[in-house]
Amino acid sequence: MNIHIYLPQLLGGVLIGCSILILMLSIGRIAGISGISSGLLDKEPQGGKLWRFVFIVGLILGAILLQFTFPILLPLRQELPIFIVICSGLLVGFGAHLGGGCTSGHGICGIGRLSKRSIIATCLFMSSGAATVFITRHILGA
Amino acid sequence: MLKYLSILLSGILFGFGLVISTMINPNVVLNFLDIFGTWDPSLIFVMFGALITVALGFKFIFQQQTPLFDLKFHLPTNHSIDVKLISGAIIFGVGWGLSGYCPGPAIASISYGSFEVFVFILAMLIGFKSSQWLKLSNKLP
Repeated sequence: MNIHIYLPQLLGGVLIGCSILILMLSIGRIAGISGISSGLLDKEPQGGKLWRFVFIVGLILGAILLQFTFPILLPLRQELPIFIVICSGLLVGFGAHLGGGCTSGHGICGIGRLSKRSIIATCLFMSSGAATVFITRHILGA
Repeated sequence: MLKYLSILLSGILFGFGLVISTMINPNVVLNFLDIFGTWDPSLIFVMFGALITVALGFKFIFQQQTPLFDLKFHLPTNHSIDVKLISGAIIFGVGWGLSGYCPGPAIASISYGSFEVFVFILAMLIGFKSSQWLKLSNKLP
């Protein structure tokens, strides 16, 4: 396998790691995107709303800045029926809040702390995600 | 001021990482989950890069008494493997596998003007809110 073609992925991962470290070192918070963003809908989330808002602004700003610098990195549009997109969003939001985290919170921050909950959650959502793709792509043939 | 600049920088680096690692593209994520089809190992390398960085950095950070701009580290206190964790993670994975979007890449790419991303985020916020209404979950950190 040509490992070097995955250098952007490794570098991107290191940058995400640095982001997580800066948030922990500065305000002692976990950079879980579902936790940070769902807190904006809460009346009195932990630590208030301002830090959450600032982080989300940075997240969007980061993606815009790179879009200007390397327009070739723009994601490809994926044509999905809109009701699938709605179901997907509802399940992602509900599941991430119920399960206490998503790919960033459990998958990286949690596993990085060797949290048993996060390791189990990550194995579960990767399995159910793979099962879903298997069903939609190979059984239903979408 | 320095506190909020750090938070902003943290968000920007997260956005950079998502774009550079191609995780912002839901097709890459779907292909990662497509183990018996067009499998793309990209996500493994992203997680590897992030996990090594985080594991090494946390070692140093948790040796400090407090964070720079707060009185303590806010780490999850719930250590139980309960029904909420298990069912939540499975439900999240099904939603993730349907579109290839998870919260980070979806929010980061909102400026790209895709109608699909906009609809996804709205639905995701309703999903968050319904879990909050049902008071099924404790507040996330």
